[in-house]
Amino acid sequence: MAKKISRNTFTMDSPPSIHSYASVVGQKEGEGPLGSCFDMVEQDAHFGQQTWEQAESEMLKRTVNKAITKGGLVPDNIDYMFAGDLLNQCISSTYGLRDFNVPILGIYGACSTMSEGLVLSSLLTDSELGGYIIAVTSSHFCTAERQFRFPISYGGVRTPTAQWTCTASGAVVLSPKAEAPYVKAVTIGKIIDLGITDANNMGAAMAPAAAYVIKTFLEDTKMLPSDFDHIITGDLGKVGSKLLIDLLKKEGIDISQQHMDCGCMMFDIEKQDVHAGGSGCGCSASVLCGYFLDKVRSGELKNILFCATGALMSTTATQQGESIPSISHAVMISNNSQPLG
Amino acid sequence: MEESLNAMFMDFLWAFIVGGLLCAIGQVLIDYTKLTPARILVSYVVAGVVLGAFGLYDPIVKLAGAGATVPLTGFGNNLVLGVKQAIAEKGFLGIFTGGFTASAAGVATAILSGLTVALIFKPKEK
Repeated sequence: MAKKISRNTFTMDSPPSIHSYASVVGQKEGEGPLGSCFDMVEQDAHFGQQTWEQAESEMLKRTVNKAITKGGLVPDNIDYMFAGDLLNQCISSTYGLRDFNVPILGIYGACSTMSEGLVLSSLLTDSELGGYIIAVTSSHFCTAERQFRFPISYGGVRTPTAQWTCTASGAVVLSPKAEAPYVKAVTIGKIIDLGITDANNMGAAMAPAAAYVIKTFLEDTKMLPSDFDHIITGDLGKVGSKLLIDLLKKEGIDISQQHMDCGCMMFDIEKQDVHAGGSGCGCSASVLCGYFLDKVRSGELKNILFCATGALMSTTATQQGESIPSISHAVMISNNSQPLG
Repeated sequence: MEESLNAMFMDFLWAFIVGGLLCAIGQVLIDYTKLTPARILVSYVVAGVVLGAFGLYDPIVKLAGAGATVPLTGFGNNLVLGVKQAIAEKGFLGIFTGGFTASAAGVATAILSGLTVALIFKPKEK
């Protein structure tokens, strides 16, 4: 049974295993420094579909299929899924998964969705309510532009400092104790809003939420940053990453040696003309599934702390001048199954 | 012959300088302020209306031709001219009809070309 060691941190008694995982990305992501890590790079931004929304659903569906087959399973083996994305009513997930005939719970955590799905699925698995559980999320540049900025067909000029929403998707299949990697502990984040209203500066808005969850996790589990090979955030970008390190330094925690940000890793910021780095649910999910999990499985990395970060505003709230509430959840993923503490 | 070539060259040059300057201001606003593109476009139209109302835009049009009429400030100026003319012809009612009459050609062209382009082309990832 998962143990509640503080208000919002839980350690796993018999750490659930990440049985299999998969990542699918678009062309631009495939051309980035991590291009060779992903399971599939699709050159057609439409994924063979009519609309961008259908394209994102198709990408998410392919990711789930890939994760299932990589684990030597069929959809009927999956007990239930947690899925979410950035679009209204999470339609990428619901339309992408409607043919699977697998029980499903939709979740929304903006770009923190992968962490949220991992928190929920590992808690349930360690409470012996699991089986094979999938956590999946996605984002697509063209659907996100329509949702949060302007439709691509409008042809508007993008603000150069805006982050680039990744066309990417990641899925993990959790199961009770099997092979590495294992989820050892999780911390549920809280909403933090320091009043930033600039939707083109989401990294700065999300950094305090990441700082809170990292600090809470380390204090509750009595661990140090040096216990981890990497402390990974979702899409803070350059500005947000620097802010996160500064915020934690003020609290006496130095993560400058361990910190990595998926948004900064996804693209070659100079060559690919992506000033602020990548963002989107699929950014951290695909980098986790494409890059980090393989290294934890092989033992190259012993422990990582994965903290996908989400900005919880909507276009309506932004237009009404509201600031950006943010959240991040922490998931400790390890190469060994020794429970913490 | 040489004189008319010279005059034509000067027309091109002024159109380039004035039109380019208006666009450069827009680029600076996008790069260095938090204004959204839509707000910048609307500000341009309003600026054209204000300049036109005080008669300050026509001298720029005389100097730069299309360099001043094609950017959105020219559209604002056009609205003012239309309203002024309609008031002269119809009196009070002209305040409401003039702007639309003057901009009808531009708006109709924009809608029709938008429709045509949407029919022919498929949007792509930038």
